[in-house]
Amino acid sequence: MSVDWLIPALLTIVTAATPLVFAAVGEVVVEKAGVLNLGVEGMMIIGAIAAFATAVSTGNEFLAIIAGAGAGMLIALIFGVLTVYLQSNQVATGLALTIFGLGLSALIGHSYVGKTFDGLAKLNIPGLSDIPVIGPVLFGHDALVYLSVVSVAIVAWVLTRTRMGLLIRAVGENHDAAHSIGYSVTLVRLGAILFGGAMAGVGGAYLSVAYTPLWVENMTAGRGWIALALVVFASWKPWRAFFGAYLFGGITIIQLYAQGMGVEVSAQFLSMLPYIATILVLVIISRDSARARLDAPACLGKNFHASG
Amino acid sequence: MLVRLEQRPEASKSMIYVSPLIAVVLTVLTAMVMFALLGVYPVKAIETFFIEPVSSLDGLAELLVKATPLVLIGVGLSLGFQANVWNIGAEGQLVIGALAGGGLALAFFDQQSIFLVPAMLVCGVLGGMAWAAIPAWLKTRYNTNEILTSLMLTYVGLLVLSYLVHGPWKDPQGMNFPESRLFHDSALLPILIDETRLNVGALIALFVVVLGWILISRHIIGFQIKVIGMAPMAASFAGFKEKRLIWLTLLISGGCAGLAGVIELSGAIGQIVPSISPGYGFTAIIVAFLGRLHPVGVLFAGLLMALTYLGGDSAQITMNLPNAVTGVFQGMLLFFLLASDVLIKYRVRFGAPKINTEAAE
Amino acid sequence: MADTPRLELIGITKAYPGVIANNNVSLKIMPGEIHALLGENGAGKSTLVKFIYGVQKADAGRVLWEGQEVQIASPNAARKLGVGMVFQHFSLFDAMTVEENIALGISPELTKGDLSGRIREVSLQYGLPLDPSRYVHTLSVGERQRIEVVRCLLQDPRLLIMDEPTSVLTPQEVDELFKTLRRLSEEGVSILYISHKLEEIKSLCHTATIMRMGEVVAECTPENETARSMAEMMMGADLVSPERTGRKVDGAIKLELRDLNVVSTHQHGTDLKDINLTVRAGEVLGVAGIAGNGQRELMEVLTGEVSCENPTAVLVDGIAAGRMDPNERRAAGVGLVPEERLGHGAVPDMSLWENAFLSAATRMNLTKNGFIQVAASTEFAEKVVEEFRVKTPGVTHFATSLSGGNLQKFIVGREIMQGPGVIVVLQPTWGVDAGSAAAIRQALINMAAEGAAVLAVSQDLEELFEISDRIAVICEGRMSEARLAENVTVEEIGLLMAGIGLEGEPAHAG
Repeated sequence: MSVDWLIPALLTIVTAATPLVFAAVGEVVVEKAGVLNLGVEGMMIIGAIAAFATAVSTGNEFLAIIAGAGAGMLIALIFGVLTVYLQSNQVATGLALTIFGLGLSALIGHSYVGKTFDGLAKLNIPGLSDIPVIGPVLFGHDALVYLSVVSVAIVAWVLTRTRMGLLIRAVGENHDAAHSIGYSVTLVRLGAILFGGAMAGVGGAYLSVAYTPLWVENMTAGRGWIALALVVFASWKPWRAFFGAYLFGGITIIQLYAQGMGVEVSAQFLSMLPYIATILVLVIISRDSARARLDAPACLGKNFHASG
Repeated sequence: MLVRLEQRPEASKSMIYVSPLIAVVLTVLTAMVMFALLGVYPVKAIETFFIEPVSSLDGLAELLVKATPLVLIGVGLSLGFQANVWNIGAEGQLVIGALAGGGLALAFFDQQSIFLVPAMLVCGVLGGMAWAAIPAWLKTRYNTNEILTSLMLTYVGLLVLSYLVHGPWKDPQGMNFPESRLFHDSALLPILIDETRLNVGALIALFVVVLGWILISRHIIGFQIKVIGMAPMAASFAGFKEKRLIWLTLLISGGCAGLAGVIELSGAIGQIVPSISPGYGFTAIIVAFLGRLHPVGVLFAGLLMALTYLGGDSAQITMNLPNAVTGVFQGMLLFFLLASDVLIKYRVRFGAPKINTEAAE
Repeated sequence: MADTPRLELIGITKAYPGVIANNNVSLKIMPGEIHALLGENGAGKSTLVKFIYGVQKADAGRVLWEGQEVQIASPNAARKLGVGMVFQHFSLFDAMTVEENIALGISPELTKGDLSGRIREVSLQYGLPLDPSRYVHTLSVGERQRIEVVRCLLQDPRLLIMDEPTSVLTPQEVDELFKTLRRLSEEGVSILYISHKLEEIKSLCHTATIMRMGEVVAECTPENETARSMAEMMMGADLVSPERTGRKVDGAIKLELRDLNVVSTHQHGTDLKDINLTVRAGEVLGVAGIAGNGQRELMEVLTGEVSCENPTAVLVDGIAAGRMDPNERRAAGVGLVPEERLGHGAVPDMSLWENAFLSAATRMNLTKNGFIQVAASTEFAEKVVEEFRVKTPGVTHFATSLSGGNLQKFIVGREIMQGPGVIVVLQPTWGVDAGSAAAIRQALINMAAEGAAVLAVSQDLEELFEISDRIAVICEGRMSEARLAENVTVEEIGLLMAGIGLEGEPAHAG
């Protein structure tokens, strides 16, 4: 097998995985705090359009990504206020967030269809990125790819090694106890939700700014949902979510390269692969119900209202 | 704190019905602000959106045509949601049901038979059920989250549709358009009012509403569904079988979605096209909540949501607004509904708590 | 003792919608004093304590801490003053280690450095052995309580609040705890001790404040009082002991467990091992034990929520019932009352008639062709309400609208009115007011007198001695031999509850 084929393949894995990494790691934090936000898809798509619109109008990619994060956070705030303060059902509110996000992004994106810009530049590190194979694969990416790795590391460190992480886990584990020893369950949860929104927003921004610098309606194509499945797959551990995302990146590769390798299958069947793979992964991971329950935060999906 | 939520001693029964009205009013008000921001005169926009589409017989008929799938799916979903079974893949079940029924129509393309339409409807129901059976089986057998599996299967279902209309089922004389042949007359649902698309499907939907109503309010299965949703431990204490109810609610909601798909195909479209539904399966989720997860409520909510589709079209035609406005409206409505629902269990109180000096009971 | 009280509360008032939890409550605790706060469930003790610990705000009233007026805005502020609290329902995180749990509950500055070393040190010093690296879900209830106590002690508290600390302990563990508390008191720590157990208060506390319906009704020195006199102050009425006519332990066998082995379906549950038990017509068999020793699993097997592999492990009237589901058991004549009222025994947001239908549908024929017979169900629910004096405006009201005691009467009544030959009750009067508790106990005794077999599983030893003809003990999933209630002492039961004396003894009952 020639290396000419391998390098683009590996690069595709990275670009396919990066948006999932952002969204999934953000959702890990949200769920660790006991909140199930099913609106990842909606937050991603809002992040995508906000970033794209900013990139087109300012030409500044850095601002575009900030806009994506901010927009994701803003729409997550709606979810936060509804579930944390108004006690609305988390499942229903998450669905509403997705429906609303898809609608709003289509409305805003209406005037951006067909526009384009250069796309996020690759950071070619002189010297390092010239090394054959390893160079382009490890050192030839845009800044967001590196940011995704760094954010996984930070989240993993915060969750396991810091008091803040301890607090997030405590709130997700037993919100009544956390409240009675004097922590603000609402603030911790709201913070986690906003963080998750920002991360999903950046994941969406990656799609519209780096992956394909174009706006297409529904361009997230279910990635938000796949990110949710990754969180379960990862047993709520950031690094496992990271590897899960790369696994899915690998599946995307099969989809893109199968035809090139002469496999006679319709495009539609290949496009089904990520979705079917998600289902299979969920089956494998959920099969052992006792284990699945042990890993899940005990208060996941339950609302908290302090009595009195 | 200036504004507080105070738990009611008992959930307010009247607020259950008032809350959707509050949500609708808030949505309309917000929409007016949104229209103003988009540079459109708000009152005119509201008129275009909500009144113009239904100011003719044709418009009313079209409202019922659009409400039919929403109500059908909404009734099915509301049963599942009451049992905490979150089937959000109704869109996929709708597509597979439509394909099952539509496939039959294509297979008997040149046959005249009064049995064809009923057979198509049955196939539609079975197709939707089959697609919903996958998450049911995975959930009961492997404990897999039905939200994610049913949604993933929606993407798969849409790709199956795309494959069929681009490949094997493409009309040989169709100038290479990704569409099937037009159905024969005997594969079309009878039209109720001439010159409109209003068909028997609307009556079927009404019938399903009545069935659903009886089931949920008077039948032991409806009771079991409610108990398992509100208090799963109480359900197992009473001896209700959780797995059976998961199967049942998923099959019912899948069957309803499949039925909606085939009705849409054989009543309103008349051939298999790449996009059978403008997201009815997802909008029906909002319909179910707005209708208070009750079949009769779903009927009204379905009509209202159908109006947002018509309004979106009419706003696009007469005011050149993108019809994505519909999706924004629908999402907003659900947000406002969920927010107003806080009033069912809580009261809003202003100012500091007052001290009640009468002795407690 | 110094003259300035460590803590003084003046005129504390707190109202909830429809209820005044605290009305003008005043209280003084001196340094080194063990002060009892005594009252029934719902008397307002917990509200008052939450206020002292800063979890809740009062509507009116003043607080003096060592003579200085203070505002306790949060648990953090309380901890800074030197208030520590051990909660009745532990505020612990099962999936975390002892050390993490303690770190969460103390000021951040204290978590720096060698926290686990200090945990070991303090726990040894006060006779509360703890391993900081263990996960909480692997610990016994007694050990979990130690975490809470150690967590407080690390902060050098000057006032320690203990909310019903002994309800989950064996009598022997209670003695150990009291030793620790007395020692703290000698070191000058004040202790606010909340309980409704009168003997404990007599043996431990220097002074007592008695609350009833949100108000302070009396202050006394427990040493100079009798348990009965304090109980009367607490309840405001003469105590009524249940009436009973002669014990009967030789009736026909109605319910039998034979070599019952069940693997728990719960995350940190207890497996049932070789349980043998018989319950005869006309008797009340009491099962004592500390929570978490297999009671929940036993109940699930008895209700049929968990089915046994061996159908003859559970016999009802001699018929193999191990594989019967809850409805088949009810049809076979078993009445069942689970521990949790809201969410298990009853659906909170459903009306009383629907909750009556919930368990009585089969036995009372409340369905016809699968359709609910509303009139018949309502009539049945109304009969239960009337017969058991359930306070409610009507059976269309939700279960949540009832007080704990009234709902428990409704649930017990619903089962009894179906006329079962066997009734199994888990924690019959847990968290129920004294009036309702007495009524429920009387109803169970009456059932036995009418020839039914009653199996009552309870943590409350006083209750078990009051109603049982025979008593067995469940510990770590094993059941001791059932003994005649009059031939066994509280101490013996306590040893069995702690798992002492079970080894080597054949685990046969009946």
